[in-house]
Amino acid sequence: MTALSQQNSSPAGDRAAGPRSIRPHGSAGTLLRITRIAFQKPWWVAIAFASTLVAATLQLMIPIILGTAVDQTQDALAAVDGGRGALLKTAALLFVMAALRGVFTTLQNYYAEAVGHTVGYQLRRAYYAKVQELDFSFHDKVHSGDLITLGMLDLEGVRMFFSTGIVRLLLLSTLIGVGGYILIGTDPVLALAALSFVPFVGWRSSVTRLRLRATWLRLQERLSVLSRVMEENLAGIRVVRAFAAQSLEMEKFRTASLSALELARERVGIRVRNTSAMTFSFFAAMGLVLWIGGHKVIAGEISVGTLASFLTFMTILQMPVRQLGMLVNSFARASTCGSRLFDFLDFEVPIREVPGAPALVLSEGRLRFEDVSFTYPGTERPVLRDVSFEARRGETIGLVGPPGSGKSSLVHLIPRFYDVTGGRITIDGQDIRDISLRSLRQAVAVVQQDVFLFTTTLENNIAYANPWAREKQVERASESARLHDYILNLPGGYRTVVGERGVSLSGGQRQRVSIARTLMLDPSILVFDDSTTALDANTERSIRKSMRENAANRVTVIIAHRLSSLMDADRILVLDDGRIVEEGSHAELLALCGRYRALHDLQVGNDAPTGGTR
Amino acid sequence: MATSHQRPPRATVGSHRVEEEMFGRVFDGRVVRRIWAFVSPYRLKVAIAVIAVLVFTGTQVVIPLIIRDAIDNGIVTGGEAALTRAVLLFALVILINFGASFVQENVVGQTAENVLFDIREAMFSHLQRVSMSFMDKTEVGRLMSRLQGDVNSMQEFLETSVLSVGDIVLLFGIVASMLWLDVRLGLLTISVLPILFLVRVFWLPRARKAFMAAHEANSVANGALAEAIHGVRAVQNMNREDVNLALYTEKAETNLQAHLTAARYAQVMVPIVDTLTGLAMAFVIVVGGSMVLGQTLEVGVMVAFLFYIQRFFDPIRSLTMQYSVMQRAMASGQRLTEVLDIEVTIRDKEDAFALTRDTEGSIEFRGVTFGYDPAHPVLKDVTFRVNPGETVAIVGPTGSGKSSAMALVNRFYDVQQGQVLVGGHDVRDVTQRSLGRHIAMVLQEPYLFTGTVFENIRYNVVDASEEDVVNAAKAVGAHDFIAALPEGYGTLLGERGGSLSLGQRQLLSFARALVADAQILVLDEATASVDSYTEMKIQTALKRLLQDRTGLVIAHRLATIRNADRIIVLRDGQIVEQGTHDELIAQGGLYAGLYRMNHTSFDDALDTGL
Ligand SMILES: Nc1ncnc2c1ncn2[C@@H]1O[C@H](COP(=O)(O)OP(=O)(O)O)[C@@H](O)[C@H]1O
Ligand SMILES: Nc1ncnc2c1ncn2[C@@H]1O[C@H](COP(=O)(O)OP(=O)(O)O)[C@@H](O)[C@H]1O
Ligand SMILES: [Mg+2]
Ligand SMILES: [Mg+2]
Repeated sequence: MTALSQQNSSPAGDRAAGPRSIRPHGSAGTLLRITRIAFQKPWWVAIAFASTLVAATLQLMIPIILGTAVDQTQDALAAVDGGRGALLKTAALLFVMAALRGVFTTLQNYYAEAVGHTVGYQLRRAYYAKVQELDFSFHDKVHSGDLITLGMLDLEGVRMFFSTGIVRLLLLSTLIGVGGYILIGTDPVLALAALSFVPFVGWRSSVTRLRLRATWLRLQERLSVLSRVMEENLAGIRVVRAFAAQSLEMEKFRTASLSALELARERVGIRVRNTSAMTFSFFAAMGLVLWIGGHKVIAGEISVGTLASFLTFMTILQMPVRQLGMLVNSFARASTCGSRLFDFLDFEVPIREVPGAPALVLSEGRLRFEDVSFTYPGTERPVLRDVSFEARRGETIGLVGPPGSGKSSLVHLIPRFYDVTGGRITIDGQDIRDISLRSLRQAVAVVQQDVFLFTTTLENNIAYANPWAREKQVERASESARLHDYILNLPGGYRTVVGERGVSLSGGQRQRVSIARTLMLDPSILVFDDSTTALDANTERSIRKSMRENAANRVTVIIAHRLSSLMDADRILVLDDGRIVEEGSHAELLALCGRYRALHDLQVGNDAPTGGTR
Repeated sequence: MATSHQRPPRATVGSHRVEEEMFGRVFDGRVVRRIWAFVSPYRLKVAIAVIAVLVFTGTQVVIPLIIRDAIDNGIVTGGEAALTRAVLLFALVILINFGASFVQENVVGQTAENVLFDIREAMFSHLQRVSMSFMDKTEVGRLMSRLQGDVNSMQEFLETSVLSVGDIVLLFGIVASMLWLDVRLGLLTISVLPILFLVRVFWLPRARKAFMAAHEANSVANGALAEAIHGVRAVQNMNREDVNLALYTEKAETNLQAHLTAARYAQVMVPIVDTLTGLAMAFVIVVGGSMVLGQTLEVGVMVAFLFYIQRFFDPIRSLTMQYSVMQRAMASGQRLTEVLDIEVTIRDKEDAFALTRDTEGSIEFRGVTFGYDPAHPVLKDVTFRVNPGETVAIVGPTGSGKSSAMALVNRFYDVQQGQVLVGGHDVRDVTQRSLGRHIAMVLQEPYLFTGTVFENIRYNVVDASEEDVVNAAKAVGAHDFIAALPEGYGTLLGERGGSLSLGQRQLLSFARALVADAQILVLDEATASVDSYTEMKIQTALKRLLQDRTGLVIAHRLATIRNADRIIVLRDGQIVEQGTHDELIAQGGLYAGLYRMNHTSFDDALDTGL
């Protein structure tokens, strides 16, 4: 595993972007950074650029050659045969030029695409790594739908920038620059006429770029809202149906949909106005060339061939100018998407290990909370206050308390899903913030309250924490979770694929899969966060029994509401509003006649024939 | 670890079904008809767009002709007037071109957006009605990709199909103009076309395969990313980051290679097209030039030909591009149609009856047999009645069919035998809307929406007052923690209410059911993640609230069960006992046995062995 981790330790995108100090700000910086990532393939970039230059230049030869050909046909002095020979040469030259241009255009396009896809590949990996690295509190705040949009749509916008932005820009500038140079050398006045559209087009595109950029951001937001409305409706369809809330939901959908539609249409308007105006200015320049050039030919200042080559030059520009709209769009999109994407990739994960942190060394397996306080990032109310307790290997700690008293929060601190805001947590005397995250999480496993199952076979789900496990191990874990028999009865056995969120399993079965896969970690500290609510008590008791067999090697923490689940605990902590209000064994707490006793009496029922009925 | 260099045998990231990425035929009449139904409200606009495209294309064909006119009749012969006339004509044509291009792109763009949103609305609205059993089987992610990805590729399709019309017309326009200018030269130029078609015959199937592979590799990688985002907590919990990144890298790499291959196929046509262009121009120079020299052709015609040839291949090239867009669109269209065609098995009868607030709140099961798969019933011949104002508890082990029975009350599914009656009416005879309003449910798994606490509790009762909401929250003991939130009831809840504890979410979903203020309250293990003390408080409040309402309660805890007027014991989908707590104890049957033995099916009756 170490080999993999080294290989993956630094996201490629970051490396590409260079040191943090030159982190870009604003759109120019973003575009620069994308360019720098592209330069990770320097040879490809070089080939793409060189081919673009060559292809553009070859393309510019074509009008000149055509002009020559036209002039050759006008050469009244040449004998028909001699003229034909000259034409043949010109035609051959043209043919070669066109073919070469094709070859270089291919190189240009291919390498531009290839660089773009490589950028995409780098960013995808960096993005994936970052998603996995970001801590719980980040994911608490950011909607998963927005992360998906960022990782797919925005990333795509950035990826395409090299081919649809940079290379196209280079092509267009070469065509206009070199072409302009040649034209001015041929006839300055006519050249000015031919290029008269350039300033207008430049101005239009920068204006449009800004407007598209601004609306793109807003559109993204509205589309996010729309997809959130749809996603939540579909995921919560049972609630929607139970409350007959379809019309309310349609209302929500329509509001979100209309506001996105409005903006999408507005953007079409902006884009179209821009493209049409640019094309028009281009054609107007062509008309000017025809008018001025025509008079010049009549006045004998230039030949028909020269006029033809000017006009052909303009035809060559026609396609790139029409594509200028796309070019502008590409710049707008890349800078917007890029800054969002890079903000994400640069986000400093608060929970990470100090460089060179040593691995956890387990000796007696002692977990200690020392005056631990905790407040969720971005909130003010402390969720835990001055919590102190200790547990040794072999011990079981029970946690009870009303909803929101901080039970889940407490256990989430142990594997550092969140960091304490006061006090410290140690394992065998080592502050958990000083040891490597991997070794910590290898030692601590939490059976979560909400079960997320991966869409794959039961076998893979159970072996999730240890995909190298042998079949025996998988079976043993599922046996401990009292799942083995159930699985064997399924037609597909361990190969049965379970759904996205475990759709085809019942709540109790899902909880058991979750328990089994946690056992695969063979943790030194095992936490059950209220994870047997959907199990019938028989099964639960049986699972508890199998847990007890291995309990000697670990600290077990059980959060539960059924006090029967906690009876084996060496110590039970009663939590209220983030504080430990009672602490002791089952018997001690009963004797205390406090809160625990009250819970107990409620559950057993005062008038129920407790105790003695045997 | 030595093994880490190999691929772990039991690990995958993302799930992907190949079959749904299949490219469709380029043309599927049935799909086109369905999509046309969405376009036809805009057919006037489509007509305008097509006319604009034709005009636009026309101007493009005409421009070289004007230039020819200017050269032959003005410039070469020194006719200033003819030149002026030609330039004025040119100005007129480009004005028309400007207008047509504006109208065309604007109308096409706007209409495509409209159609896209209409299709999405139709699908979403349909999904509100399709049967629950379909929704059970279908992953939300799949539906979302229908509602987004597929709908978007339809939009692309609509835009390109209008442009394709333009391209085809342009191609014919150019060919016609060339033949009209000079038949021999025209034929000579066109003669390069068969070469192109021949090459394409070889190229197309291979290229298509490459494009398909690229498209699919992309979906695969995206699916894996989506999984990483949704399952991030489980991934971190189980230390799978490194393995997953390695597996994902493989997919990203496959994706990269597939796209590089596709790019190669896409680009290989460029030099061929360019060479053919060069060839055609060389023909014109040699043959046409000789004719000009021999005075049998005007030079302007030759120039016009050279112009045409340069534009000649553009439509062919973009038609090739549009071909794969079309294929993709047909596949998307097919999948959209599938969603729109999902049968609505549960629908209101023509003369469905609406339950009103005055309808009594009774529930009755008469010989109900039901299975998600009819061959394996989960409820077998279940008969019971809950009278108005009564509270009945259903108990039984996990998987005995309790939640299924609740789902039938709300007609999430239709029974196979017998009938379910609410307020004395078969649920199949009443409108689903009124049924939903007559019953308030707390589902086994709490579900909250993005929005404020207030909006979540109020949910469908849009005219609920602040007081109603606060009262409901107080009844379930949620008021205190809500008040302590930064913005109280106005606090925005994140995705699925993630910033609340599970127990708190359960309380909110309970409060939501109370605000709905229905005649019947159905609670499915509504307090499983709540401690007994809080639960007891809720019970006390409920007793008051349920006074003249009907309650159907699934619970494990004794306190809840004993409060019920009657208890129904379910096992393997069959009612094995029913009666009051005391009656059942006196009967000495299963319930009593379980209870007396403190069998923990009613789990909080403690093991007394200790
Ligand atoms: N991700 C979160 N962000 C902010 N607040 C949270 C988050 N998770 C829980 N809380 C708050 O912290 C408190 C304790 O929650 P939790 O530890 O989940 O309670 P429980 O004891 O029910 O497990 C609650 O008031 C809850 O609203
Ligand atoms: N949506 C569903 N699709 C198919 N089978 C289901 C579905 N929901 C529940 N089941 C199956 O029906 C049986 C009864 O489930 P359920 O009514 O949820 O039981 P309970 O609520 O008593 O625990 C179980 O075997 C379960 O696997
Ligand atoms: Mg909790
Ligand atoms: Mg259930």
